[in-house]
Amino acid sequence: MVHQVLFIVFGLICVAGAVNLLVQRHPINSALSLVVVMASLALIYLLLGAEFVAAIQVIVYAGAIMVLFVFVIMLLNAGAEERTRGSHIALFAGVPGLAVLAGTVAWLLIHSSGKLGSVAIGSEPHNIAFGDTHNIAGLLFHNFLLPFEVTSVLILIAIMGAVVLGRKEV
Amino acid sequence: MDIKTFIIVAVIKIALVVFIMLTGVAYTTWLERKLVGRIQNRWGPTRVGPFGLLQPLADGIKFILKEDMIPDNVHRGLFILAPALALTMSLISIAVIPFGEEITIAGHTTALQISGITQSTGYISDINIGLLIILGVTSIGVYGVALAGWSSNSKYSLLGSLRASAQMISYELALGLSLVGILLLANTLSLRGIVGGQSGTWTLAGQNTHIPHWYIFPQIIGFFIYLLAAFAETNRIPFDLPEAETELVAGYHTEYSSMKFAMFFMAEYVNMFTVACLASLLFFGGWHGPAIPGLPLILQQLLPVLWFAIKVFFFIFLYIWIRGTLPRFRYDQLMAFGWKFLLPLAIANIIVTSLIVTWNG
Repeated sequence: MVHQVLFIVFGLICVAGAVNLLVQRHPINSALSLVVVMASLALIYLLLGAEFVAAIQVIVYAGAIMVLFVFVIMLLNAGAEERTRGSHIALFAGVPGLAVLAGTVAWLLIHSSGKLGSVAIGSEPHNIAFGDTHNIAGLLFHNFLLPFEVTSVLILIAIMGAVVLGRKEV
Repeated sequence: MDIKTFIIVAVIKIALVVFIMLTGVAYTTWLERKLVGRIQNRWGPTRVGPFGLLQPLADGIKFILKEDMIPDNVHRGLFILAPALALTMSLISIAVIPFGEEITIAGHTTALQISGITQSTGYISDINIGLLIILGVTSIGVYGVALAGWSSNSKYSLLGSLRASAQMISYELALGLSLVGILLLANTLSLRGIVGGQSGTWTLAGQNTHIPHWYIFPQIIGFFIYLLAAFAETNRIPFDLPEAETELVAGYHTEYSSMKFAMFFMAEYVNMFTVACLASLLFFGGWHGPAIPGLPLILQQLLPVLWFAIKVFFFIFLYIWIRGTLPRFRYDQLMAFGWKFLLPLAIANIIVTSLIVTWNG
């Protein structure tokens, strides 16, 4: 019961943060709204029993990556953005497009929920062994070792690319 | 335990721990002024009360009564949010720190930890990602410093907070990696579990060495990386570039006055306590220490808290001692030290530790 209430509360905070991210005109306010979104997502993971993922979400996304965003905004001293008047194409094509997309995703999730598996919000601690650190390590380093390592190599290549692009000409 | 007792016990624990924590913080400022005074051949505070012991109280009253100024061109919302964020995040980490085993008062047994629960079976349960929570909360705490400098709309503050965020992100990596060795040995992320793994003594080739089973001995390199990175994380000398007074007036809190300044000040000291507590828990066996037989039950249960407090005090003392001894790093030295020395050393430490752990099975 408490878990369902908390899920709704954090879900609402998450959506409110996401809307605020778009509405705010100052980049720093938008970045901070994104931090709120990340943090409430972490709490939703926690409610689903994935405590390790929740902690990593806070440390990596809300902590490290968003601090870098804020750092760059502060360094560039970016001011409030100018607002263009909303275009009609966005209104007439965007809103129905968004509705269709959301509907399709929801329909797919509901119809293939049997294949995807499900988890009850706030189930008893001894039922949820899948979210703990040992199991995640097992999945990453046994079952999905190759995709995991390939992803890390991909990220490494991206970092090297950024270094090459960003270096000064000698 | 029914829900009513649970809430009452939790509220009492929170109030008590926060009270002791903040009193500790106040008297750490006194201790710091006294010790640094003696190191520099001065007396330190002597006027208010015997040995200047009431000085923290006088300072507290001064902070509350001073005019709280908000400069005209600041980003008002974030200017007010920043100190609150810094203090809140530093206080939250106390919630997961265990101070001892458990305590029995008036028939109720409870764990000596805000987030620890003694279950009806007598088994103490603890958040099993305690260490990660502390790291996460610390990384959110960076926003307090970063936003303070930016929202102040002043050059010195901005430079201070840019330095602070760059420094804290850089050293967070080395800090996190220095703890991996401990996790490999303890095989758990729960702070209570890590301390539990440090009871007893080390055995070497089947011989009892009578050396306590603390993780400092196999992880001495990890400990030094942790200590250096943690000093940088808490913005203390020799890594206090974000508030270097000779270059930046007061760094990120230049524009803050009265209680808002005090909140940054308290956050810094609470962070020092968190670092000291973590160092004691992870490397120095937490509350483990020699048992004294023949004590009444309540003192038996409080004795581990005393050992823990002594270890924490040692690290607080070390902080002040280093402040009185070392000069400040230059900024390029700071960054080079973090990325080119501490980080590779931490990775090498992890590789060696995991090889040994695998070798021993």
